[in-house]
Amino acid sequence: MVYVLRRLIQSALILLGVSFITFVLLYVLPADPVRQIAGRAATAETVENIRQQLGLDQPLLVQYGRYLAALAQGDLGRSYLQKTEVTELILSRLPATLQLMAAGIVAELILGLSMGIAAALMRGRLGDQLLMMASFVTVSAPQFVVSLLLLYVFAVKLGWFPIGGYGTAAHLVLPAITLGILGSGWYSRMMRSSMTEVLRADYIRTARAKGLSRARVVFGHALPNAILPVIAMIGIDIGIFMGGIVVVESVFGWPGIGQLAWQAIQRVDIPIIMGVTLVSALAIVIGNLLADLVAPLIDPRIRLR
Amino acid sequence: MKKLLASTALALTLALPVAAQDYTPDPNAKAGGTITVTYKDDVATLDPAIGYDWQNWSMIKSLFDGLMDYVPGTTTLRPGLAESYEISEDGLTYTFKLRAGVKFNNGREMTAEDVKYSLDRVTNPETQSPGAGFFGSIAGFENAGAGGLSGVEVVDPLTVKITLSRPDATFLHVMALNFASVVPKEAVDAAAGDFGKQPVGTGAFKLAEWTLGQRLVFEKNADYWREGVPYLDGVVFEVGQEPVVALLRLQNGEVDVPGDGIPPAKFVEVMGDPAQAERVVVGGQLHTGYITLNVTTPPFDKVEVRKAVNMAINKERITQIINGRAVPATQPLPPSMPGYTGDYAGYAYDVEGAKALLAEAGLADGFETDLYVMNTDPNPRIAQAIQQDLAAIGITANIQSLAQANVIEAGGAGTAPMVWSGGMAWIADFPDPSNFYGPILGCAGAGEGGWNWSKFCDEALDAMAVQADSLSDPAQAEARLKMWSDVYMGVMEQAPWVPVFNEERYTMKSERMGGDDALYVDPVSIPVNYDYVFVK
Repeated sequence: MVYVLRRLIQSALILLGVSFITFVLLYVLPADPVRQIAGRAATAETVENIRQQLGLDQPLLVQYGRYLAALAQGDLGRSYLQKTEVTELILSRLPATLQLMAAGIVAELILGLSMGIAAALMRGRLGDQLLMMASFVTVSAPQFVVSLLLLYVFAVKLGWFPIGGYGTAAHLVLPAITLGILGSGWYSRMMRSSMTEVLRADYIRTARAKGLSRARVVFGHALPNAILPVIAMIGIDIGIFMGGIVVVESVFGWPGIGQLAWQAIQRVDIPIIMGVTLVSALAIVIGNLLADLVAPLIDPRIRLR
Repeated sequence: MKKLLASTALALTLALPVAAQDYTPDPNAKAGGTITVTYKDDVATLDPAIGYDWQNWSMIKSLFDGLMDYVPGTTTLRPGLAESYEISEDGLTYTFKLRAGVKFNNGREMTAEDVKYSLDRVTNPETQSPGAGFFGSIAGFENAGAGGLSGVEVVDPLTVKITLSRPDATFLHVMALNFASVVPKEAVDAAAGDFGKQPVGTGAFKLAEWTLGQRLVFEKNADYWREGVPYLDGVVFEVGQEPVVALLRLQNGEVDVPGDGIPPAKFVEVMGDPAQAERVVVGGQLHTGYITLNVTTPPFDKVEVRKAVNMAINKERITQIINGRAVPATQPLPPSMPGYTGDYAGYAYDVEGAKALLAEAGLADGFETDLYVMNTDPNPRIAQAIQQDLAAIGITANIQSLAQANVIEAGGAGTAPMVWSGGMAWIADFPDPSNFYGPILGCAGAGEGGWNWSKFCDEALDAMAVQADSLSDPAQAEARLKMWSDVYMGVMEQAPWVPVFNEERYTMKSERMGGDDALYVDPVSIPVNYDYVFVK
């Protein structure tokens, strides 16, 4: 309980730190948001007027203090250019992002775990080496390239899936695979070592000695034990996903918060950039927290202090 | 322009009703059908006081109306919500007679009070309108605020009188800008700061659905006050679509107009295929791409150096970089703009002459400088061509390739010796020569943060510009255009810019789209005039 409380306080401090660093970075950015709002025909008075109304004429710390005060009440401010509440913009797009992340996790687990199990069973042989090489490729492949490649082959040439967009399950497949491919390399390596370790354990030898079939031993006895530590990594994964989502959503036209962030960056719409950064940081912090809290449930040897 | 001024002249004396100069509808036009238009970015806003990009400009035009409007596909003014107007002898008072029985989408009838409210709103600093500056000639503009504009007066429910503080020959164009659209107060209040997402106007269409990040649906306004239009039942805007993806979908028959145009990487392929090329409409655009030379930064403070740079740039080659989608420019104004000086050849490409001028300025060995450019294709490639041209006369230009906002910042702050304007270049807000001067070449824009990145400020030329714009009597129209032509020739004499090219517009459409080609390269509604196109 004390541990949980301490972790919660730590998480809050991390979020505060993220908010401060992002705020300072956006503040020192060599681009003036007021100019973007005011447009090219604006007179100097109009520009000054807008600056004052947005409080952008105040010193950095005053601006940051005001932002925090509003944030404490759940207010992320209004978009500079759209004039809509940032909370509303993020909430309206969050379901799409969550859906994509969930599908991405499923995709990476299916791809990664099956590759890992196969490699562990073929340990040391050519198949193992090929699979491990593949995992290298998937970890290092740029998502921008992967997404365009998948789009071109499976949507344009073969016509199996729609060319970008959102709505049906068919729209979800390609972006989810793109997201999943990156993590699958990680999972396949972890699954392989975890599986190898379990396969060497005494109880597996006992099971084999009992005369159980190989399939039964692998899927009935080894897998449940080998998979647990791997599953616990999902929480940490969220951070990696948040990075990939900006690219994948932009290419596939997926209406989530990654796309929102990308468009806001181009338009120097600072309240949106701040809001999306904070929401993503929150997701990562929660993911890590869950991963740490779940670990001892899976492996009793881990104790929380 | 001549045509426009002629009609203004008639209106001045007769207060002529509209029908005389209206658009002749296409005899083959059919009502019905819904088209799909795609864009990469979500729409920022549909509030006419706020929206100021090429994506929402034409959308807002179809949702709202102002007192004035343009004949579709042209730059000719015609009355909009005003049935007629009268201009006083001294050019300071405009009296607009409104059309009776025009209804907002919410069912209420539009009156003169709404016109006053809308102009008060757009000029109120609280609204933060990027277009507020356009209304600077209305009396009381300096004190605009919660109290409204003293120069806008409701005479009776169908008559508005607008008094100017100085004669303004462009005032009717200003009344045709989106910023002058008439909006109902109750809807603005009800939206509580979010009118841009819940727009209510008098336009040909109304907003039926907006799913953020996905889709906007415009639905035909069955009670539209203009007879017979719009033809379309609706327009669906799908956002979040990369231009390359949009093109693939158009080839697949899923999209009617890709709003972001033909992606540069696919341009040669599309134009090389006759079946696709015949569905591309090409038209002029009120656009000039230019290089600014900061006259306050040595050695660009020397006119010889600026002229030398003008002579060093091979404009033909630069237009080839963008697949010939432009014509080389000789002066700030584009050729289709009234006031363009047709018999002026500009600075010819002449490397030896440029070197001689540099030597005259004492810089025979050249110098080193920075060229700022926006970092999206094709701009860095154009910058490289400029860099090579400059190297040929001994100037070493280091390319600073940055995000748009950062280039605008450096240009405004005056820290950029040279800026290539691509991606941020000037496109006219309205078809009048004055629109290319004030903010980008006049003293008003030369201050810190202004859009005059050359920091060029010539008070004699500024005075001439003010004088030209005071000639609001249509009888002096010719004299006014001559004066503007002189202003731009004066600018070229001092060469603060290298005018490089005037871009052309290429709009692609699906096979089923019908309507005059001019509607697809409409100078004010980009990419398409939604009110007048139809499905075959």
